Amino acid sequence: MNLAASERRISGIGKERFFLNRRARLAVWTGILFAALAGVWLAGVLIGGGQVAADFSAKGLAPSLAHPFGTDMLGRDMLIRTVKGLSVSIVVGTVASGVSAVIALIVGIAAAAGISWLDHLMNWLIDLVMGIPHTVLLILISFACGKGLKGVLIGVAVTHWTGLARIIRSEVLQIRSQQYIAVSRKLGHSGRWITVHHILPHMVPQFLIGLILLFPHAIMHESSLTFLGFGLPPEQPAIGIILSEAMKYISVGKWWLAFFPGLMLVILVLLFDRLGENLKKLLDPYSVHE
Amino acid sequence: MKRSYYLKAAGTYFLRMVTLLLAVSIISFVLVSFSPVDPVQQYVGAVPNVSMEQREKIAEYWGLNDPPLERFFAWGSSILRGDFGVSLLYRRPVIEIIGEKFATSLALMITAWLLSGILGFALGCLMGAFSGRWPDKILKKLCLTMCSIPTFWIGIVFLMFFSVTLGWFPMSMSVPMGVPAAEVTIWQRIHHLILPAFTLSFLSFAGVALHTREKLVDVLESDYVLFAKARGESGWSILKRHGLRNILLPAVTMQFGSFSELFGGSVLAETVFSYPGLGAAAAAAGMGSDVPLLLGITLFSALFVFVGNLLADIIYRIVDPQIREGRSK
Amino acid sequence: MENKAVLTVKDLSVSFHMYDRGLEQYDLSVISNLNLDVRSGEIVAVAGSSGSGKSLLAHAVMGLLPGNAKIRGEICYRGELLTQRRKEILRGKELALVPQSVSFLDPLMRVGSQVRGGRKDEGSRRAQKEIFKRFRLEEQVEKLYPFQLSGGMARRVLVSTAVLSGAEVILADEPTPGLDLEMAVEALNVFRELADEGKAVVLITHDIDLAFHVADRIAVFYAGTTVEVARASDFLEGKEALRHPYSKALWEALPQNGFRPIPGFQPYAKALPKGCLFGPRCPHKTEGCEREIPMRELRGGYVRCIHAD
Repeated sequence: MNLAASERRISGIGKERFFLNRRARLAVWTGILFAALAGVWLAGVLIGGGQVAADFSAKGLAPSLAHPFGTDMLGRDMLIRTVKGLSVSIVVGTVASGVSAVIALIVGIAAAAGISWLDHLMNWLIDLVMGIPHTVLLILISFACGKGLKGVLIGVAVTHWTGLARIIRSEVLQIRSQQYIAVSRKLGHSGRWITVHHILPHMVPQFLIGLILLFPHAIMHESSLTFLGFGLPPEQPAIGIILSEAMKYISVGKWWLAFFPGLMLVILVLLFDRLGENLKKLLDPYSVHE
Repeated sequence: MKRSYYLKAAGTYFLRMVTLLLAVSIISFVLVSFSPVDPVQQYVGAVPNVSMEQREKIAEYWGLNDPPLERFFAWGSSILRGDFGVSLLYRRPVIEIIGEKFATSLALMITAWLLSGILGFALGCLMGAFSGRWPDKILKKLCLTMCSIPTFWIGIVFLMFFSVTLGWFPMSMSVPMGVPAAEVTIWQRIHHLILPAFTLSFLSFAGVALHTREKLVDVLESDYVLFAKARGESGWSILKRHGLRNILLPAVTMQFGSFSELFGGSVLAETVFSYPGLGAAAAAAGMGSDVPLLLGITLFSALFVFVGNLLADIIYRIVDPQIREGRSK
Repeated sequence: MENKAVLTVKDLSVSFHMYDRGLEQYDLSVISNLNLDVRSGEIVAVAGSSGSGKSLLAHAVMGLLPGNAKIRGEICYRGELLTQRRKEILRGKELALVPQSVSFLDPLMRVGSQVRGGRKDEGSRRAQKEIFKRFRLEEQVEKLYPFQLSGGMARRVLVSTAVLSGAEVILADEPTPGLDLEMAVEALNVFRELADEGKAVVLITHDIDLAFHVADRIAVFYAGTTVEVARASDFLEGKEALRHPYSKALWEALPQNGFRPIPGFQPYAKALPKGCLFGPRCPHKTEGCEREIPMRELRGGYVRCIHAD
């Protein structure tokens, strides 16, 4: 008997029992993370245009109690602008990763359909998308869409599915190799019936986890693209735009214009990352090796 | 026997490269033709009083009135002849601009690439050696956090702190402003390179460290390390004799496979620091609707990534005995 | 020959410290009250079914258990009690492990330099060449990588590491899996030779049939402990010469003796029965079996059963 294997088995037993108890805690944690993210989104939606109006009597103020994140050169409160920006990021991130995950699901299942040329084609497609640097492809797509929100959404959606598609492909292949699928086929069920009834339900956890873990990347790329000037129009208080505006003032020492919005973006990304990891532990406990 | 093997491998690579570049050119060409941006308007730009006739002439000259397929073949055949067109922004041949900018970018990319590779590997080894204990736990959290920090923001933070507050580094560009190119010293160039290079290596540094850590932990838990211990090898000797030997190759090949992120990151890092390289040019071409330059850079970046993956593959074939000697047998 | 034990294991227990429900912790016992001794010039086979924790015995002797393992009892080498520190000093010199498969060799290191274990001097190079010659390994084998070795070559390479170390005690962990009978016998004969040269060999195996052809004594291992230590000849003699009900059942389960399977399952390490570990499967079980059962001497062997006679 191999020691490493037995050890793994033994610690696996421990984890299983440990897990039952941690599960509740993990679920609460996940709920809190989700509520926090939903709260940021809602706050951004509820903040009216009036609160971000220019106020030239209070322009370029350093952080204070009245304005924790300071004010910008038009006298707008940076905290409110940041929250609104994060809210926009969440929406863009949700839509783009949703579309991306659906593409991944379709490509992954198609590749694993057992049709050789289709598998080759899908793998080639994945290699192709990975063969162009993301940022360059994003610029190209955004340019094709005439810049603006649509370009960012499409761009992020069509560049982020590759990794998840590969995971789904290998998962589907694994399920397909199982006995009950063969039995089902013998019983006369069609390929489509098997896909819908046996394969799709198994994909739900992977799909959800993949979807949430796409968020951080989607948000980071959205803000990068917006920062470069391709994304949302300058009127939108997106984080990328706030930061690219702030670039003009950092040489004069207005550090808060760039520091806090960016920090909040990092925290948002970390929250989504945590949410995804937690969900992974909840839905798919055995995939986690710590 | 050996010769035919190499020929076959080279043929496969070449075929892969051709199909990739062909696909990339088709996709990028289709994408830019979709763009609602009017290239003539972009070209004419701020010049006032350009008559409709003159515009029509330009459109005619560029073949904009031809059907898309015809335009694609016209563009494709001129590319095959090495003519990438003339950049609208710089008013010079695209190929010249790519060459010039890439040379500037290369210094930045190589520095960042070596930084993230070497430092990330060293940190990963450290974490792996201490795996499960507090130095590892702290560093791992740190690396995971670093992975969530956008390149452009960390660039801004570096600028604010090291350039504005501390005044250690220049604000931007690759050379001091107003100094003739011939008089710029190597030290000035390095001075201008440091912050952008750290910015560009920031994200991949954490990635390399985490990846190296995982690999080293796997190796240290392996049966062969257990046996090495059973034979009386000590911790340090195990790390040196078995650890490094087994994680170096994946680390090196992964680093060569990261050219895509390197190029993508350079777009952001160069834009933040106004570093006049290919990445900044890509962003500028997109913003300025400079279609020939954008297409040229896209093709070039795809080639760049392909070369990286190719090198990773070749190194694997040369170094890994399971492939090297498995084949010759 | 002086018949004093080189290696003695007395009341060895190994448990793993585990976490359970929140912050509660418990110990998972995988080896309990195990006794074993081996003399110079003999092979003691530790035989038992797969998954009964036999490998952990070898790892405990060599001091290779992971950090969450707790170890009780005494392990002595030439009368000296071995601490973890002592084990770390002695392993590779006085104590050698022969692992079960090629996966215990570094996949990226040439076999020769691996067998020499980092020593580059001419002496060990010559010694390695001699040992390779002895095990009929061609000279070019030292230039190969582990993945290029055939099953039989890999076995001989693994054994040669132990021989090169010059260790007095050799612990061989499942040296025969996946080998056909002929090769398995050949592999085991190597250990016979080593024992005849005066080494003490502990042969850990699930293949009891092979074990009693080559070993001098057999320790029957069940659910983490030794239930009987018998002469190999006892197994050849027949069921009556054996002492413990489990040994008898094992004997009956052998293909040439009727192939009768033992009813029931080996208890899982987390739910060990009280008293005799074989109790739940034993036809002779009485109330007395639920108390602590000591190992006692019987007919020139040892047995852990109150009913044996």
